[in-house]
Amino acid sequence: MTSSRKRFANLNAVIGASPMIAVAVGLYIFGIAYSIALSFTNSRLLPKFDSFAGLANYERLWSTPSWLVSVHNIWLFGLLVIGLNMALGFLMATFMDRRVRQEDTFRTIILYPYAMSLIVTGLVWQWMMDPGLGIQESLRNWGFEGAAFAPLASPDTAIFGVVIAGVWQGSGVTMAILLAGLRGVDEDIWKAARVDGIPIWRTYVFIALPMLRGALATAFVLQAVGVVRIYDLIIAITGGGPGIATEMPAKFVIDHITSRINVSLGMAGATMMLIPILVLVAINWYVDWRRKRAALQAIG
Amino acid sequence: MAGRGFRKLLTTTAAAALFSAPAMAADIEVIHWWTSGGEQAAVSVFADEFDALGGDSWIDGAIATGDAARSATLQRILGGDPPGAAQFNTGRQYEELIEGGLLLDLTELAESEGWRDFIRPSTILDACERDGRIYCVPVNIHSWQWGWASIPVFEQSGVDLPKNIDEFLAAAPQIQEAGFIPFAMGGQSWQHSGAFAVLMLNTLGRDKYEQLYRDKSVDVASSAEVRKVFESFRALKQFSDEGSANRTWNDTTNLVITDQAALQIMGDWARGEFAAAGEEAGVDYACIAGPSESPYLTTGGDVFLFPKQDDPDVEQAQLKLASMMVNPRVQALFNNAKGSLPVRDDVDLSLADSCMQAGLELLANPDTVVGDPNLWLTADTDGQIRDLFAEFWANEGLSVDDAQAQFASIIEAAE
Amino acid sequence: MTAIAAHETVLEASGPRPRQVSAARIGVYAFLITAALFFALPLYVMLVTSLKGMPEVRLGQIFAFPSAPTFEPWIKAWSTACTGRTCEGLTPGFLNSVKITVPSVIISIIAAALNGYALSFWKFRGANFFFGLLIFGAFVPYQVVIFPLIIFMREVGLFATLPGIIIVHTIFGMPILTLLYRNYFSALPEELFKAARVDGAGFWRIFFYVIMPMSVPITIVAIILQVTGIWNDFLFGIVFAGRENLPMTVQLNNIVQTTTGIREHNVNMAATILAAAVPLAVYFISGRWFVRGIAAGAVKG
Repeated sequence: MTSSRKRFANLNAVIGASPMIAVAVGLYIFGIAYSIALSFTNSRLLPKFDSFAGLANYERLWSTPSWLVSVHNIWLFGLLVIGLNMALGFLMATFMDRRVRQEDTFRTIILYPYAMSLIVTGLVWQWMMDPGLGIQESLRNWGFEGAAFAPLASPDTAIFGVVIAGVWQGSGVTMAILLAGLRGVDEDIWKAARVDGIPIWRTYVFIALPMLRGALATAFVLQAVGVVRIYDLIIAITGGGPGIATEMPAKFVIDHITSRINVSLGMAGATMMLIPILVLVAINWYVDWRRKRAALQAIG
Repeated sequence: MAGRGFRKLLTTTAAAALFSAPAMAADIEVIHWWTSGGEQAAVSVFADEFDALGGDSWIDGAIATGDAARSATLQRILGGDPPGAAQFNTGRQYEELIEGGLLLDLTELAESEGWRDFIRPSTILDACERDGRIYCVPVNIHSWQWGWASIPVFEQSGVDLPKNIDEFLAAAPQIQEAGFIPFAMGGQSWQHSGAFAVLMLNTLGRDKYEQLYRDKSVDVASSAEVRKVFESFRALKQFSDEGSANRTWNDTTNLVITDQAALQIMGDWARGEFAAAGEEAGVDYACIAGPSESPYLTTGGDVFLFPKQDDPDVEQAQLKLASMMVNPRVQALFNNAKGSLPVRDDVDLSLADSCMQAGLELLANPDTVVGDPNLWLTADTDGQIRDLFAEFWANEGLSVDDAQAQFASIIEAAE
Repeated sequence: MTAIAAHETVLEASGPRPRQVSAARIGVYAFLITAALFFALPLYVMLVTSLKGMPEVRLGQIFAFPSAPTFEPWIKAWSTACTGRTCEGLTPGFLNSVKITVPSVIISIIAAALNGYALSFWKFRGANFFFGLLIFGAFVPYQVVIFPLIIFMREVGLFATLPGIIIVHTIFGMPILTLLYRNYFSALPEELFKAARVDGAGFWRIFFYVIMPMSVPITIVAIILQVTGIWNDFLFGIVFAGRENLPMTVQLNNIVQTTTGIREHNVNMAATILAAAVPLAVYFISGRWFVRGIAAGAVKG
């Protein structure tokens, strides 16, 4: 499919994509190179490129308890939140697609968490998960004496409390993207499926879902970006605590380049964060390249 | 750098500005993080007094939270659009700004007005000094070494007010049995490390405390006395409540105000919470200096620094503002509104309550004043210590021995 | 144009038609209502808290309905709460936020749509490489690249100006929006594009007359993302917008982030809901255009 499109390449395409090229080259290459370079210096408050520190920042990074905890947390949190958001987002999108009444209302309710300042919604989640104020206390008052729901109070469970808030905040956008994808699916496909007597759920799972590849990929990347950069949610809900139980890499980085005034250590953390993503992007490039080569061979 | 010549030129214009009317009015944008209703009154003292001097005007740049405000100041300096003045805490956070020549040198002004003579204790001006030159203005003093006790809770538990932490720990089971939370602690890591440092100062005394934080003595960090502090801290954890995680410091103070908890260790800013709730010192609550029989105070506080500008009119206005901030009348008005202690002795603090009076007495005696650890520790080291104490508090799987070993290695690596 | 016209008739009827009121139908509503309850619970807590007076808030009964509802906290949040020396609530920043958000949303979406279009229909050398870099950049925490960006803005003389902040939002919105459009376009029927080429239409003509009308649902998603992100931005606004243009989030932050004194939770909740009003309105209104069959309509038209 790519080969037929390729023929249309012209100057206009380059002009059309020029903002992207400018940004990609200008900011990201430069910005990333800049942060990697800083991670090998002794910069504290201001960037200082004349103080070479070798690998000292990396040695310190990998012996710092809060960084080690944050690396563990990001995987656990990422897998849970992305998995739950994708599943819940797809379910909600298909159900919303069933021509429900009050679609606008449902969509607004599902999306609103995304619009609100986390400083205050985070506080509300703290209240709801507080052992003395929240859901646990209400359940006990209603007679469920043994009810226990205070995940944030213990270092062992706090991360799951953050996951709940993460799903609450993030699944709406996944729903919106998948819904837009579903609305882009050709009307004729539904008619054809109905004529063939295929049950609706099968149409969604086996016909529509594969057609949503692009929307799913978009939603996945968006979720992944949110997880890797997760900062605000942690600040709002646990501040990284109890203790250091819910520290996250982006919080480590931001703390060190701002309040802790150790820019080079923060940049070492940022550099480490880029590695798994670099691997993913490289795999993607490789797959693309293989596919292209296969296509060329098929033609040749 | 343009060097001495430029600096000299700068200070001569500064001195000239002091004695002659400014040529042109300038707007001074002031970045600070005093955004709550009560703090607003204190900021207004500065702003109104500055505007009343005529000519120049105060442009308010309030940005909530110290971190956000400091980041904004720094980023604005880097972007070539620095504010006229910016709030910081005493400490080492701005030392690179001084080294980079980004801050206005206030030495000339400070010498002509004799800041060294009237600003006390001297540690508070030391925070602004670098190689004998002055780069910021201290505006108030805050100290950490206070125990806030609910008198009704102690009475109802049948326990006397404790004179020190050991006494408190001995009485805590009885308070718990009476149905109260003995020790009120919140969830933010600075609350843990702050309370920990208080225990540290009370146990080590001034000399060893300075050896530990100023000279970074690993011997002190590994000593039996520091071990005892860790043990006391762990013991305090047993007497706190389940809701401690995530709680802010003022919600924690509120437990003492509402007579649910017996004692909180918190800085003197807690006084404002009691005052706002209409509580009376000595009747409803007690402030126990130390808490120790021989209390010390550390001196932290807020300072303003003045990023260098190209505009001589702005520089004159900056110097005018700096001078105004230590003016005795303004100091009195400001600190009465803020509930903090002034940086000079000769101000009228008729509004000070018994807790503030106790603080003033301790401050007046050089033997009971200790520098704030932030004078000696970088924000980075302070952050590592905070992480450690927060984890030690939350995670009982971290043993006293391991925690102390980690503490010693942080002190060893400190710059 | 014809595409939209052709579609008008389907506006009311979107989605495959339900056959009858059935168990499945009830299941759909049961699921959506349960989900909505989960999502709405914190909003409920915020609403009831915002209608309580402070003595009632202090009782700590977060789910209880206010015994004597009051709108005082809302009025205070909007017009009298102190945010430093000034006590004008959220009002001073509202217009600034509009001034920043409207051009930033429009410019960033047009730039990203163009990128996505060029990437999916007009393969050119290095396209995938640049796209990969762009996506890579999306993962970098903003604070990491803020220093180089400040220096760049200073050098081009746009630091602390309105155009400066618009450029910053366009830059940071670009990776995700480009991805959004590229992936959406790749699912569109290619015949459309080929037909337009055969008719002799060029790069820009196809973009404005064929591609944009077909991208309405995804543009709605892009608007949702951008309006939310830019309206709620604090980090960039405070640094790049300049003192004259500080957005409303600065005031919101100053109201809710109080560290001393009494925390007025009722005012904080009201301020948060008020500050979110614009994105919420966008979510609600967007439904009109959030419809099925645009692509099909275009093919037929």
